Amino acid sequence: MKATINGQPSEFPDGLTVGALLERLGTPRAGVAVARNDRVVRRAEYDLHALADGDRIEIIKAVAGG
Amino acid sequence: MSDLLHVGRYEFSSRLIVGTGKYPSMEAMQAAHEASGAQMVTVAIRRIDLGNASGNTMLDYIDRSKLTILPNTAGCYNANEAVLTAHLARELLETDLIKLEVIGDAATLHPDVRETLDAAERLVRDGFTVLPYVGDDPIACKQLEDLGCAAVMPLAAPIGSGLGVCNPYSIRIIKERAGVPVIVDAGVGTASDAAIAMELGVDALLMNTGIAAARDPALMASAMKHAVLAGRQAYLAGRMEKRLYANASSPMRDLVGTGQVG
Repeated sequence: MKATINGQPSEFPDGLTVGALLERLGTPRAGVAVARNDRVVRRAEYDLHALADGDRIEIIKAVAGG
Repeated sequence: MSDLLHVGRYEFSSRLIVGTGKYPSMEAMQAAHEASGAQMVTVAIRRIDLGNASGNTMLDYIDRSKLTILPNTAGCYNANEAVLTAHLARELLETDLIKLEVIGDAATLHPDVRETLDAAERLVRDGFTVLPYVGDDPIACKQLEDLGCAAVMPLAAPIGSGLGVCNPYSIRIIKERAGVPVIVDAGVGTASDAAIAMELGVDALLMNTGIAAARDPALMASAMKHAVLAGRQAYLAGRMEKRLYANASSPMRDLVGTGQVG
């Protein structure tokens, strides 16, 4: 399955959830938020839905800014 | 004296909002936040680094028991990007506050008014407390207020320029016509700039570089805290009228050695 994560084309096993993706990346859930195809994935739903081929995923965090 | 700033359903006793960008270190930022007396700080939203996704984030350096976080949409160039960024910020930070910033051009960092208005309308509809960054444009400010924004945030001067209040007349007009708080955002370079802005009657200031790029950020943060307070009090006190000629402060009668009998 192919998906784009933060603009980078990536290959993943079928059935991967957002929660499993964060685990693979080593990212603590508390520090990030996720959008799938321009819609926010609620934290409570991270383990519910598998990603689909062609998904565009954005994973963001807070950084310094004004 | 109780003189509180109300933005939507939020209430602050400090009228200074500060950023988290450009500090020489996280420790310097924390010291400046403390010295500023600010109760709200801004953060930006960016993609994580996929190669190093486990490190600390900015949130580890902000004491949320003391500071309200105001996420921004800085770096967005259209309404779609800004709306998505705002929704991600709300999910991450569990806040409905958003500093809406839709930039029109990288050299001036002036806002794109059409995209800002579009994004503001959508974010208000989605339940956000929207604080839009806008030019010193009374019409755009009024339009943003009419869309339901909780405040308007006209620039004093270009972001990061430190030029001070370039157009005090426009800022005054914006304030006179606004029914929501006016927060001057961007362009304040030193304490006198902050005092001048507050003396115009605006409700609060938002600044980042003016503090972060000072040689001693914490000391400048303290100066800004006092300048904001001084400017606010001077505005509330009502300044004397300016006059062209002198007007002596001491009595002109009963002068010594003039032969007058007192």
